[in-house]
Amino acid sequence: EVDLEERLGELDLRSDSDVPDVPPATDSTPEILKRALSGLSARWKNWWIRGILTLAMISGFFLIIYLGSFMLMLLVLSIQVKCYHEIITIGYRVYHSYDLPWFRSLSWYFLLCVNYFFYGETVADYFATFVQRREQLQFLIRYHRFISFALYLTGFCMFVLSLVKKHYRLQFYMFAWTHVTLLITVTQSHLVIQNLFEGMIWFLVPISSVICNDITAYIFGFFFGRTPLIKLSPKKTWEGFIGGFFSTVVFGFIFSYFLAQHQYFVCPVEYNSETNRFVTECEPSELFQMKKYSVPPLLQAVLGWETVNMYPFQMHSIALSTFASLIGPFGGFFASGFKRAFKIKDFADTIPGHGGIMDRFDCQYLMATFVHVYITSFIRGPNPSKLLKQLLILQPEQQLSVYKTLKSHLVEKGILQPSLKG
Amino acid sequence: PTSDDTPEVLNRALSNLSSRWKNWWVRGILTLAMITFFFIIIYLGPMVLMTIVMCVQIKCFHEIITIGYNVYHSYDLPWFRTLSWYFLLCVNYFFYGETVTDYFFTLVQREEPLRILSKYHRFISFALYLTGFCMFVLSLVKKHYRLQFYMFGWTHVTLLIVVTQSHLIIHNLFEGMIWFIVPISCVICNDIMAYMFGFFFGRTPLIKLSPKKTWEGFIGGFFATVLFGLLLSYVMSGYRCFTCPVEFNNDTNSFTVDCEPSELFQLQEYNIPLVLQSVVGWKTVRMYPFQIHSIALSTFASLIGPFGGFFASGFKRAFKIKDFANTIPGHGGIMDRFDCQYLMATFVNVYIASFIRGPNPSKLIQQFLTLRPDQQLHIFNTLKAHLVDKGIL
Repeated sequence: EVDLEERLGELDLRSDSDVPDVPPATDSTPEILKRALSGLSARWKNWWIRGILTLAMISGFFLIIYLGSFMLMLLVLSIQVKCYHEIITIGYRVYHSYDLPWFRSLSWYFLLCVNYFFYGETVADYFATFVQRREQLQFLIRYHRFISFALYLTGFCMFVLSLVKKHYRLQFYMFAWTHVTLLITVTQSHLVIQNLFEGMIWFLVPISSVICNDITAYIFGFFFGRTPLIKLSPKKTWEGFIGGFFSTVVFGFIFSYFLAQHQYFVCPVEYNSETNRFVTECEPSELFQMKKYSVPPLLQAVLGWETVNMYPFQMHSIALSTFASLIGPFGGFFASGFKRAFKIKDFADTIPGHGGIMDRFDCQYLMATFVHVYITSFIRGPNPSKLLKQLLILQPEQQLSVYKTLKSHLVEKGILQPSLKG
Repeated sequence: PTSDDTPEVLNRALSNLSSRWKNWWVRGILTLAMITFFFIIIYLGPMVLMTIVMCVQIKCFHEIITIGYNVYHSYDLPWFRTLSWYFLLCVNYFFYGETVTDYFFTLVQREEPLRILSKYHRFISFALYLTGFCMFVLSLVKKHYRLQFYMFGWTHVTLLIVVTQSHLIIHNLFEGMIWFIVPISCVICNDIMAYMFGFFFGRTPLIKLSPKKTWEGFIGGFFATVLFGLLLSYVMSGYRCFTCPVEFNNDTNSFTVDCEPSELFQLQEYNIPLVLQSVVGWKTVRMYPFQIHSIALSTFASLIGPFGGFFASGFKRAFKIKDFANTIPGHGGIMDRFDCQYLMATFVNVYIASFIRGPNPSKLIQQFLTLRPDQQLHIFNTLKAHLVDKGIL
């Protein structure tokens, strides 16, 4: 066996040219498409394949939306697992570490642990009524962090015990690779699910804005593109970037207008324990009620109206679309840099014409975190039922002091009338 | 080969001894110096302790990043040093902001700029982090992509290990200084005891990664540490300055540790199981409930804590370094001393959150104030009904 350690040492120090070349991507285009397009030249054929697959993905997306929140959550979970698998496989290939059998098991084990931890933290809150009824679940919820930590520690100790003399550095690399991948894919997918629970509109509008920006930037670049944007992605142009920005803002604005009218999209997802299903029914919040806005004098001349009826959410959609167009692409550049660093053309061959799942989702990751931070900072307050649950766990003296503080606050604000008793 | 950092004073004093004894003396003296220093800062109070934790964190971060630079010869990529420190700053800002918001709630509410920073804290932290991320993407240079991604990954893993743990230690500290002192002391005790048992009785090697560790040292260290933990907890539980949660007094603008000791720190009678009655000769014993918890903490420190040390040994072998740095003569770098502490800090934090502490009341009040009026009223009425039900009101 060649001294892997020495080879790795040299691998790190030399420039990028030493990374083994990836074998040319296998053509996974289905036979049907190939036969239908056999008459066209290679360039048009590629364009058609990309186009058809884009439409297929968008239709699939609409179908899942129609099927409901539960299917969406399953979809997010599947995508997360697939992305994780793609990135880990790249790691194996770069480091030739596929033969270290412990490592595959440990990677999947860590994925399971981290998912268990996150699902326990989020799901427990939303399924409170469901959980209250079952004893075993109550135990798992109460000691959730401890159990998750114990599971993680087991994996950590297994890793330490699996360290083999000649492969230390390789094993540490794969350990770090696994953890960074978990940090990126798993945390973001859970943020996506939390956004979803806030209301499907918070899930749909950001994702659609990123997709729209992708497509419109490509189209603007195709027709008007002249000035290159960044050395990392030579096909991107400033014209595409700016054109994509304006189109995405307009698209987000219009799309939000349509979605904001339906309770199905606007209401927080709740779990109904009687019917054992997810329901989206509520009194739409202020954000989703039409308001009159005065058009600023500048735009009055252009548009010809003095006031306009809009949903407040549409203002937020401008912020979301702006982020999707201006900062989202940095996620794409990061992924491009990563692919160049490790000399791969695509993350995988899952989608013909597009590459792997990661290739489609690289811009979405920053978006998911941004939407979550945006919601927690500007939109949503804390979850009232969770707060109540925590209040009831406090010690009696603490409860009393909290009660007094709350009472004085409510009286001060005039929400509660001061009474003679209590 | 490492440079000899030993101060001149020690060098002259020990010049007559052979090299092996000299090394032993240097290690011994430095160990005593570190323990003394530990006691001094405990005496100086929570504020100094937090500052020390912060300094240790920065030094550990610096040590690990420097190793990364040495491994990858990437010291010349000037952006990278700046970006690493910038990310350290961002993550610390995020964590300190969360901690400060929770514990210094009233202080924050009073000062207008602090209130805004606290309300939009997550958004500001995220914006700061994103700036660093975009700077990283813009700094990618054609021939050095892989190197830059490695350093990016290295920085993030280091931040994950070093910064999160140091903040968990500070959370433990706020719970009560005893939750800070007992775990750290148990790890130190286990280190020393395992070394001594191994020195006198060691025969069977424990793990290939660390050939100097032996099973005799491991098991002897375990029992000695449990005993030590019981005794130390007994002594400390009697003092309020150790058992009370650290609070910030708005009027005096300083930290106070003054409270009614919780049940954990009040002596109780326990029946000794029959098995031990014959051995020990007593029927009941008066103990603090906290001492039972200390057994759990010491057990973790002795059985699982060493895995942190093995992890660090594997890391050093993987990257062919003898010590993390040369900061402490005879001992190596700060990381060398703290490698076992990291798992301990997380364990203590998870233990407290799961078994000891309930939610933080001031944090709950803070969340309550951000709710809508109708939600506030609903919660208030439910709480009132609950208190009436329990007879407290």
